[in-house]
Amino acid sequence: MANKIRVATTSLAGCFGCHMSFLDIDERMLQLVEHVEFDRSPITDIEHCTNCDIGLIEGGVCNSENVHVLREFRNNCKILVAVGACAINGGLPAMRNHIPLEECLNEAYIDGIGVENAQIPSDIELPLLLDKVRPIHEVVKIDYYLPGCPPSADVFWKFLTDLIDGREPSLPYELVHYD
Amino acid sequence: MSKTITIDGKTIPFEDGQTIMDAAMAADVYIPHLCHQPEYTPHGSCKLCTVKVNGRNCSACTFPAMEGQEVLSETKELIDDRKKVTQMLFVEGNHFCPSCEKTGNCQLQGVAYHLNMLDNHFPLFYPDRAVDASHPEVMIDHNRCIFCTLCVRASQQTDGKDVFAISGRGINKHLIVNAQSGLLKDTDLDVNDQAAHVCPTGAILIKRTGYQVPIGERIYDHQQIDQVSLAKEHLNHGE
Repeated sequence: MANKIRVATTSLAGCFGCHMSFLDIDERMLQLVEHVEFDRSPITDIEHCTNCDIGLIEGGVCNSENVHVLREFRNNCKILVAVGACAINGGLPAMRNHIPLEECLNEAYIDGIGVENAQIPSDIELPLLLDKVRPIHEVVKIDYYLPGCPPSADVFWKFLTDLIDGREPSLPYELVHYD
Repeated sequence: MSKTITIDGKTIPFEDGQTIMDAAMAADVYIPHLCHQPEYTPHGSCKLCTVKVNGRNCSACTFPAMEGQEVLSETKELIDDRKKVTQMLFVEGNHFCPSCEKTGNCQLQGVAYHLNMLDNHFPLFYPDRAVDASHPEVMIDHNRCIFCTLCVRASQQTDGKDVFAISGRGINKHLIVNAQSGLLKDTDLDVNDQAAHVCPTGAILIKRTGYQVPIGERIYDHQQIDQVSLAKEHLNHGE
């Protein structure tokens, strides 16, 4: 097939659980790659995305790098999709939002049990943490949402096959869940 | 001949004293709602049951049925409004379903599923709210309270107590308990009180009962909230 649909994926402040669930489409992946090629994604290790049709974003934004990656995806993807609870509402990482950032860092790197050589990491290579974890629709425009923690493999399959077949994507009741 | 109204063109009989919600439920017509339960005085606060009655928006749970009313409920405009109201309920609190014991059995979630709500649309508030785990058998997670007052009404009207109340206005509104200390353990709430079981979200939970039903067998896993709600109504009337 000459012009395959180009798909990019990334995990921001996520756990890669959504990516694992995507891979749970199992042998249907072989059908999918007849129509789809992967651009930037943990699946390909391509570092930057260029001219993609669909961008799948797992996770919310918790640091400056997440924001840069998210904007790169928005600038390069015709359709941008929030995948999973964290992308949609911040998810479990956002449960740190009511704890001051300094307290979080102290707990992890200074006061935590078993911490040796206590110091808060501050290397120029490390992205700065945002004071709060935010869902991605607060940063860029999002075209579609796939709820779930994670969305099931069938959600990915239904959504992508709807798009590939030229239908407006829709999820039936059985595929909509927030957990 | 009995008096009738129409809901979305369907003729619905009613008796004097019934609200539009009462008449609809009795006739197997579901109007989404969260703060309403037939056994308690209607409160009309969640606004999910907003319907158009002769061209004006009214809460179906509080508005009396009257002869000849033309009620619209399942219009695109009202369904969109209900979705927006539900999204607001989600962003105003901290509703992290994956870590909530009520998930799968939660009416807020059930309504959102029913409305095919896939996103939050609005910016999230992430309000700072406390958890009161002081009571040996019941806990309050204020992060999930939607101020429906069902616990307030259940405590007063069924349990004959006065354990809960809503305090403050607007964005400062919050659930309080009837104790000098402000803690649930110092109230006369008993684990068997109706007020401890009536919460439509995961705000009031019975301790040590979470996650007992596996995923796939929970209330809203396969059944939509309209079926569940109408089935419960039939059960209440011994049908």
